[in-house]
Amino acid sequence: MTTATAFEKARADGRAALVGYLPAGFPDVAGGIDGLRAMVDAGCDVIEIGLPYSDPVMDGPTIQAAAQQALEGGVRIADVLRTVEAVAATGTPTLVMTYWNPIERYGVSRFATDLANAGGAGLITPDLTPDADPAWAASADEHDLDKVFLVAPSSTDERIAMTTAACRGFVYATAVMGVTGARTTTSDLAGPLVARTKAATELPVGVGLGVSTGDQAAEVASYADGVIVGSAFVRVLLDHADDRAAGLRALARLTEDLAAGVRRA
Amino acid sequence: MSIHATTPYDADARGWFGGPEGFGGRFMPEALVAALDELTVAWQDAMADPTFVGEFDAILRDYAGIPSPLYFAERLSDKVGARILLKREDLNHTGAHKIRNVLGQALLTKRMGKTRVIAETGAGQHGVASATAAAYFGLDCTVYMGSVDTKRQALNVARMHLLGAKVVAVDSGSATLKDAINEALRDWVSSVDHTAYLFGTAAGPHPFPTMVREFCRGIGDEARRQSIEQYGGLPDAVVACVGGGSNAIGLFTAFLEDEDVAIYGFEAGGEGFDTGRHAATIHAGERGVLHGARTFVLQDDDGQTVESHSISAGLDYPGVGPQHAHLADAGRATYLPVTDVEAMDAMALLARTEGIIPAIESAHAIAGALRLAEERQGQTILINLSGRGDKDMGTALEYFRLGQADAETGDVK
Repeated sequence: MTTATAFEKARADGRAALVGYLPAGFPDVAGGIDGLRAMVDAGCDVIEIGLPYSDPVMDGPTIQAAAQQALEGGVRIADVLRTVEAVAATGTPTLVMTYWNPIERYGVSRFATDLANAGGAGLITPDLTPDADPAWAASADEHDLDKVFLVAPSSTDERIAMTTAACRGFVYATAVMGVTGARTTTSDLAGPLVARTKAATELPVGVGLGVSTGDQAAEVASYADGVIVGSAFVRVLLDHADDRAAGLRALARLTEDLAAGVRRA
Repeated sequence: MSIHATTPYDADARGWFGGPEGFGGRFMPEALVAALDELTVAWQDAMADPTFVGEFDAILRDYAGIPSPLYFAERLSDKVGARILLKREDLNHTGAHKIRNVLGQALLTKRMGKTRVIAETGAGQHGVASATAAAYFGLDCTVYMGSVDTKRQALNVARMHLLGAKVVAVDSGSATLKDAINEALRDWVSSVDHTAYLFGTAAGPHPFPTMVREFCRGIGDEARRQSIEQYGGLPDAVVACVGGGSNAIGLFTAFLEDEDVAIYGFEAGGEGFDTGRHAATIHAGERGVLHGARTFVLQDDDGQTVESHSISAGLDYPGVGPQHAHLADAGRATYLPVTDVEAMDAMALLARTEGIIPAIESAHAIAGALRLAEERQGQTILINLSGRGDKDMGTALEYFRLGQADAETGDVK
C-alpha cells in the first residue's frame, strides 16, 4: 500500500490516519522492529522510522535520548534499512525520517535505490526544504518515493505553496514553533496552519509535534488528515527499559488509545 | 559595502559559494526559514543605510577600541628571518576579534525590534562577547555552553553571569560546542518571534557566513591599509587560525583579489593527524552538511559527526565556515594543521620575544607563520593575532607547569 492509499482509506472511513514514529535501533535493532510491528498491529496506518543522527536540532530531549542510545548501540544505516524492510513487509507504508547529512554522505541516489529495494515508501526531511537542494527530489522521482517536506506556523503562504508543490504522499505540518516532544495542551497554531496548507494543496496534511494522548489525537483529527505521534511512543519504551514485554504491551495500549482518538473526531 | 557575489569568492543570493554544487546554502528546518529570510533582508537594508554603518563604526571605535594597531614584531622578526606584522585584535575590548561580530549583530537586533539574544559558546569567548553586547544594548541574553566546557571555563561562566547573561549548560551529545549550537537552534525555533541568534562564527545557514564575515572584515580592511601606509606595501602572505573561521575570513576578505598575497589558514592539528584527535576539518574532513551549511565536516561513513579535539577550545569544532571550504577548493587559500605542541611552543615564544601572551587559538597562526618563515626568508608575513591569552592561563599553567620550580617554556632570550 502506498502512503497516499493509506490516507485515502482513512478518509473513506471518515477519520484521520494515525502515523507512528520510532527511531531505528532503539532500544536495539530487534527491539525497534518489535516495537514498530506492535504499533502496526495495534492500529498505526503509516510508520515513520527515524534515522538516528548525532546532531538532531529539531528533536527534544525524549527523541534525543533514544537516538543517542541507538548510536551508542552502534546502529548503522544498513540497520535502518533492515528495520524498514521488516516493517514494510507488514504492508504498512513505511517512511524514513532523517536529517540530511547521513543521506548526503551515503549518496542520495544510492540511498533512494536501497530504500526502494527495502520496500520503503519515502523520506521525511526535517532539515531539508525543497529549495535547499534539488538532489533528493530527482532521486525520489526516479524511484517513486514519497517526498514529505515540513510546513511550519511561520511559513509564508508563498513558501507553503512552494513546499506542498514539491511534496508527494502527504504534507507534514508542525503544530508548534518548537522541537519534538509531548505537550500537555494542543497547539492553537496547528488549525490555522492546516487551513492555509489545505488551501494550497489536495495532498493530505498530517500534524505532528506534541500529540501524546487519544484525546489530543481526536482534537487534531477534527481538522487534519493525519495525526503524527513520536515522542510519546519513545517515552513508553524509555519508561519500560527493564521489561521489553511490558514495553510492547504499553506501546500497543497507547496505539489503541490514539487509534480510537482519530476515530472519535 | 558589498554583499553578494561581487567577486568569484562571494556567495550568491542564496548563500552558495561556488554555486549550488559548492558550499554553504541553507539546510534548516522550515520553521526557521522565515526568520533567516527576515534577517537577510534586515541586514541588507542595514548595510545600505549610512546611519547604521556609521553607528557600527562609532561603537567599534569608542567602545571596542577599533581599529586595532598593526604592529611590527621586531624581535620575533629577527629571530625567524622574516618580517612579522601582527594585527593586534587581542587589544580589542573583551580581548578578541569577536566583539566586532557581536556588536554588529546586536545593533542589527535592536534595529529589528527584537528584545532577546541567544548565543552558543565553546571556550566562552563568544559567550562573553555576546553578554557584553547584550549589556551594552540592554538586551536579554542566554548563552548555551556544553557542560564539559562550563567546567573547564568556569571563569568565563562567571564573567557572563556578572554581565547579566543566563548560561545554560548543555548535557546532550558530546556536551561541547556543536551540542551548544544544537541547543541554541532548538531555543531559536521556539523563540524566533522576539529572539535573535548571535551566531559566533562565519558558518551556519545563509546569511550567517556572509553576514558574520562582513561584520569582521574590518580586520583585513584595516590591516591592508595599515600595511600600505605604515610598512610601504602589501604583505607577501597573510595568516590566521581557523576553527569556524570568523577571524580568518575577516582578515582574508580584503586580500582575496591581491593575487600576489598568499593566504594561509591554520587548523587545529590537536595531538596529531594520525591520532584522530584533531580539529583539522578542511585538511581531514569530508564534504557534508553541519549546522545548516554544506562544508567540510569531521564525520564517519554514516555521516555522523565525529568529535574534534584541540587544546584550544575556540578551534575545537568539527565543521568550518563554507567560504573557507570554497577558498580551499578553489585553491585561493591554503589550509594546514598545527598541533597542540607547536601552538603551545609558539605561545611561549611570542610571550618571551614580544611580551605578548596570545590566545592559544591565535598561537596556531603564530606557529604556522614560523613554519612559513623558513621558506619565506626576508618576506613580510601578516598574522592576525585574533585574541589574547588571559583566558588560557589555566591551560598554560598546567601545560608548562608554571609556578613550579621545573617549569619549562623553551629557551628563548
